[in-house]
Amino acid sequence: MELKDKLVSSFMAFENEVDVDAYVHGLRSDAIKIFEEKGFPTKKEEAWKYTSLNKILKEDYSVFPKREKALEYSEVRKYFIHDIDSYKIVFIDGKYSSHLSQTTHEGIDVCLMSSALSKPKYRLVIENYFNKAATKDSLTSLNTAFSQEGAYIHIPKNKLVEKPIQIIHFSTGNEAATMLQPRNLIVVDENSHVQIIERHQSLTDNSVLTNSVTEIFANKRAIVDYYKIQNDNDNASLIDNTYINQKLQSHVSVHTFSFGGKLTRNNLNFFQNGEHIDSTLKGVTIIGNKQHVDHNTLVHHIEPNCESHQDYKGIFDENATGVFNGKVIVEKEAQKTNAFQANNNILISDKATINTKPQLEIFADDVKCSHGCTIGQLDESALFYMRSRGIPEKEAKGLLMFAFSNDVLSSVKIPEIKQRITKIIANKLGVNIGFDL
Amino acid sequence: MSKYTEDDLREELKTKEYEYGFYTDIESDTFPNGLNEDIVRAISKKKEEPEWMTEWRLEAFRVWQSMEEPEWANVKYEKPDFQAISYYSAPNKKPKYNSIDEVDPELLETFNKLGISLDEQKKLAGVAMDVVVDSVSVATTFKKTLAEQGIIFMSISEAIQEHPELVKKYIGTVVPKTDNFYAALNSAVFSDGSFCYIPKGVKCPMELSTYFRINQAGTGQFERTLVIADEGSYVSYLEGCTAPSRDENQLHAAVVELIALEDAEIKYSTVQNWFPGNAEGKGGVFNFVTKRGLCEKNSKISWTQVETGSAVTWKYPSCVLKGDNSVGEFYSIAVTNNYQQADTGTKMIHLGKNTKSTIISKGISAGKSQNSYRGLVQINPRAENARNFSQCDSLLMGNECGAHTFPYIEAKNKSAKIEHEATTSKIGEDQIFYCNQRGIDTEKAIALIVNGFSKEVLNKLPMEFAVEAQKLLEISLEGSVG
Repeated sequence: MELKDKLVSSFMAFENEVDVDAYVHGLRSDAIKIFEEKGFPTKKEEAWKYTSLNKILKEDYSVFPKREKALEYSEVRKYFIHDIDSYKIVFIDGKYSSHLSQTTHEGIDVCLMSSALSKPKYRLVIENYFNKAATKDSLTSLNTAFSQEGAYIHIPKNKLVEKPIQIIHFSTGNEAATMLQPRNLIVVDENSHVQIIERHQSLTDNSVLTNSVTEIFANKRAIVDYYKIQNDNDNASLIDNTYINQKLQSHVSVHTFSFGGKLTRNNLNFFQNGEHIDSTLKGVTIIGNKQHVDHNTLVHHIEPNCESHQDYKGIFDENATGVFNGKVIVEKEAQKTNAFQANNNILISDKATINTKPQLEIFADDVKCSHGCTIGQLDESALFYMRSRGIPEKEAKGLLMFAFSNDVLSSVKIPEIKQRITKIIANKLGVNIGFDL
Repeated sequence: MSKYTEDDLREELKTKEYEYGFYTDIESDTFPNGLNEDIVRAISKKKEEPEWMTEWRLEAFRVWQSMEEPEWANVKYEKPDFQAISYYSAPNKKPKYNSIDEVDPELLETFNKLGISLDEQKKLAGVAMDVVVDSVSVATTFKKTLAEQGIIFMSISEAIQEHPELVKKYIGTVVPKTDNFYAALNSAVFSDGSFCYIPKGVKCPMELSTYFRINQAGTGQFERTLVIADEGSYVSYLEGCTAPSRDENQLHAAVVELIALEDAEIKYSTVQNWFPGNAEGKGGVFNFVTKRGLCEKNSKISWTQVETGSAVTWKYPSCVLKGDNSVGEFYSIAVTNNYQQADTGTKMIHLGKNTKSTIISKGISAGKSQNSYRGLVQINPRAENARNFSQCDSLLMGNECGAHTFPYIEAKNKSAKIEHEATTSKIGEDQIFYCNQRGIDTEKAIALIVNGFSKEVLNKLPMEFAVEAQKLLEISLEGSVG
């Protein structure tokens, strides 16, 4: 049976099983209808021109993983940013693992989507925010239809969350092929500040397909730092849909580190609903094998005096494919917008491919918008300089590539993450950087 | 003089009417509206074409029937009814002129209004003119001088008669007849156009030029241009057009094919000033053009265009860099005003080793217009050391217009070096302030800035043409230039 039919036909069974709240029930039923109508996106759609889902959709995914499996912390410790104190929300095969998690209700809510959807005390927040930023495209609708579990984070006014929050999804390969659809909701109220780290990790060679949706609401003057670490194995695919709704004077930054996975598609959408907003989108992609990473970003400037900064770097080896499709829309009213977009790529192998499409759609005249995009090689004279000073070629190349991606790392605000990413990059490039940052 | 501000400029732009909007009444021999195989046959017969050409047209027509109009462009317009168009219109009196005095005085008047009197052109500019009124060429000058060098420059219908082997060999090789909807339509019904062949090692001594005009109400114009530069030759080709004011939309679907053989160079310049519609966006020409050049080893093709007209423009002059060391260039200024829409850009397909391409695109939007750049740079796996530089700048005047950039960049070779940059801005207040400070009034300052903004491209035009281009820019954006 085709995956689409399987999903549509199992929707009824799913609805019967979950505790049905009338409000969410309505949303789910509408969403499955949209998905049924649109189906999975194909290469015929402009936004999916360079990324085909055909291969990964062929697997016979188990839509509701049945068996549960426990994991010991020692087994998976390395996937956490373990050297800092943090809140943790951990899922194993889509099910919450209380054993590995550390949640809280003291002053702030760091807990589960399933309880937020079912408990009356969260009802107001759910009705105000849930599915309000997400668009009605087919994959997001599919997630909405099956939304049940994920992280629920609500930071009330004037709170500075003193430690980061880690959201980690493990898949254990209990079933031959698993499909996961986590749904996260993050609401940050006025003047509050939070840092969040998200990771999807497969612990098996069995296929995993994750179709994740995250909605982030940054209210007045809120500051949100979001880090996505994508370093999965070659049988795991991820479609990450993130929607960020910003109110006036808020600052949101999203860093995406893509180092692995079979197919990774990041749909990152920023909507600026207020003045003096700052949005930052940065990413480093270093992949090889037959890996495929696609960054599809949208920054929608709706009101005046806002800024956006985009900076994506990519290094592609072997048969890897990189896609960057960045779209900046500046509405008529959004005067004095300052939008910047850069995409720099290095191809290491002749079999690697990069397709990039930085796109500007501008309807206001008093704006400063620019984009730049390059594809090139390492500077021969810089390489020669280092080699003439006794640095082996491999190390020299590694250093140059490290420097290349450093722009993006410089804005990472958690030092432990910076260190971790530095190590991953060094590993990826097969060099010992020889210094800490 | 009171202070001249951008608001004044905007006001002027709004009220500025199409200056060259006039209509010459020349009796025409026009086909009934509609399109079917019989019409295609009739066009072919009318042109006394050989059998293979008729078949070629019919094949294109059959494919066209199964094709759909493309919708991906960032333009909105009412689709033309292809059955409501007459596909052939030729001036009725068709004597062969030996001197300019024999030309229909009414026609001469038309040219005078355009400021391109044949006389003047002949004497002063030294430009050979293959003047196209509607679809049939009525005057050709300097043919003798060109013939001495072995250069063939004539209308394509004549070429089909006189040089069938060349036409047969090259037509449709760069833009296949089934390439896209409008190219297929053109292949089926093209009425005339220009044909140019430069023999081996010949450097064409003068700029070759064709003026196009759409002249008959409700007549689609389907031009076909074929330029072949044989090994080691050079040619600079100019194409320019203005069209009279009409209320119903006119369709223009041209196909231009350039072939640069080994070591050859073709420079193709266009000044386009089709009727853009009036201030309410009514009328105006639909310009759906397929232009493409093929570069063999060590050859070079350079496209330069100044686009000021048309209600809707859909045009992507492209280079297929097939041979090693070949070079493709694209320089463009696109100006849109009122309700004009332009979706234009280029494609650079790198196939050979050490191929280079440069793209400089300047978009100026004013009024309620939409101006898009859409370009593709493709580096294929075998294109070692390919190099591309692209720059797309947009200038916005007023907050009711839009500027859009859709660059597609695809690299499949690690030695490729690609740079792309785009900026969008309005005329900077600080730039104007700087000029004011130095005693340059605002009007002149704006002129200076717009001029500077487009200079990079204007400089690429041949001398004779740069003057006209400057003139057209002035008309489209009068007030801002001088």
